[in-house]
Amino acid sequence: MNLAGRIFGSSIGRKVIMAITGVILTGFVIGHLVGNLQIFAEPDHINGYGAFLHQLGPLLWVARIVLIASAVLHIWAATVLTMENHAARDVKYGVKHTLRATLSSRLMRVSGVVVLAFLIYHLAHFTLGFTQAATFKESLPLYTLGTDFKVAGFITVRAGTPTFDVYNMVVLGFQKPVVSLFYIIAVGLLSLHLLHGADSMFQTMGWRSEKWAGGLRKIVVLFCLVYFVGNLAIPGAVLLGKLQPHEPARAAATR
Amino acid sequence: MVAENSTQPISVTLRVWRQAGPAAPGKFVDYPATNVSPHMSFLELLDVVNDGLTLKGEEPIAFAHDCREGICGTCSCTINGKPHGPGHGVATCQIYMRAFSDGDVIIVEPFRARAFPLVKDLVVDRSAFDQIIQAGGFISVRTGAAPDANSIPVPKGDADLAMDAAACIGCGACVAACKNASAMLFVAAKVSQLGLLPQGQPERDSRVLAMVGTMDALGFGNCTNQYECSAACPKAISHDFIARMNRDYLKASVRASFKPAASSATGGA
Ligand code: HEM
Ligand code: FES
Repeated sequence: MNLAGRIFGSSIGRKVIMAITGVILTGFVIGHLVGNLQIFAEPDHINGYGAFLHQLGPLLWVARIVLIASAVLHIWAATVLTMENHAARDVKYGVKHTLRATLSSRLMRVSGVVVLAFLIYHLAHFTLGFTQAATFKESLPLYTLGTDFKVAGFITVRAGTPTFDVYNMVVLGFQKPVVSLFYIIAVGLLSLHLLHGADSMFQTMGWRSEKWAGGLRKIVVLFCLVYFVGNLAIPGAVLLGKLQPHEPARAAATR
Repeated sequence: MVAENSTQPISVTLRVWRQAGPAAPGKFVDYPATNVSPHMSFLELLDVVNDGLTLKGEEPIAFAHDCREGICGTCSCTINGKPHGPGHGVATCQIYMRAFSDGDVIIVEPFRARAFPLVKDLVVDRSAFDQIIQAGGFISVRTGAAPDANSIPVPKGDADLAMDAAACIGCGACVAACKNASAMLFVAAKVSQLGLLPQGQPERDSRVLAMVGTMDALGFGNCTNQYECSAACPKAISHDFIARMNRDYLKASVRASFKPAASSATGGA
């Protein structure tokens, strides 16, 4: 058997696929959160950031393809492994008993599927504008960047550039409690998914051992907590009225 | 749980899985047991219940056992949902009735896994493990007169770790405890006990590839890193060995794909 056969065809290989694609997706959600938290700064930041990402052109598509491929492989491996696991215990026990498997580890499939459902909704919402079309960025008046948007000190989007009004799209979107609630539940479950996943990844790759497993666990718990709170902050702040649409939109809304 | 030093007899009900054969239907049957000494072992209680059944002309409960001292790995049983029953680091044969309380209903089931087909009652066929061991093959050693002691240096830490892995008695509790009926802990222990020692190096790669391949082919499930296996293991073997095997398997897969194989058809000499 060749390398691809061993990776795609064996139990350990498929686990490694889960782990590597999981890391790529985790890297993305961290980056995504950091980007989103710019909403707490002037609208110039997140709108400039959005324009910057779209400027990347082909590079943006490379990133998208890597992410889509990762998601597809992750879900494929999860499905195949789960089906094998169910088949391997064909007759169930009369007494169900858990010795130490954590709640998050037992909810991986549920949390994964809800995250997938959320992901589809999220793309339909903020990327494609299939839902809440009235406040989709393409329906809102363009925003004129007040200051240069810089990445690592380099100006990437100049002041005065007209950009989509991502800031208002997000704030107006989250003013609907149902939308915010679904978002909060989904990121909660994603954090739960990562509570097992981020730890598990080290075991699958063979990097975990008793010597530092306790420390690793603490880091993972802290990471998931910070990740959850970070995500909660955005819809939370909108619902509490701390984040309001900026002026042109209000003018637009009453026009 | 009865106090360690109590001699007060207890009464329990054994609720045992009875199944005449692989294809026969199975069901739980209750067997009340009174006047049970707390110092009696769990298997002794099964013996006593079986004596009663035999006298009544009924079929005794089939269960696997051999050494009854925790070293052979023959005894099995899932007791109240835990392979090898209550207690940590002990096999079923080392469970004593003082681990239970007066009036308990004790539910006894066979190890459940597709790769361990049921033979009868509490007995399952664990020969899948033998197939995995066979797939592991030989190690290259010089036969003949016994070599000098310590002629091959082995660091103490490695020897101890290899011994931790070698403590596996192949009972199958890891498979029984795993939510996915995965044999990863067993295979990891067997792969590591040789992989950690100099004598195990020549066939290290081929061994892990063959053993994992056989494990997969036999219909065991996949590891989800929940560590139920090591919690149930009567030898408390660490799931660190699973991480080690994952690494070994990956490295071996890469090496096996790029290392050239000898092509000489003419032979030497
Ligand atoms: C469609 C959605 C998803 C499904 C159905 C899904 C399902 C699963 C399953 C079944 C596992 C294996 C659990 C185990 O071995 O115990 C897993 C592991 C993992 N998932 Fe997901 N997941 C999804 C989305 C995600 C996302 C969006 C991320 C990252 C942000 C992610 C990160 C991880 C990580 C890091 C692991 C650990 C890999 C390992 O066990 O070594 N997953 N996922
Ligand atoms: S009978 Fe030998 S280990 Fe229990």
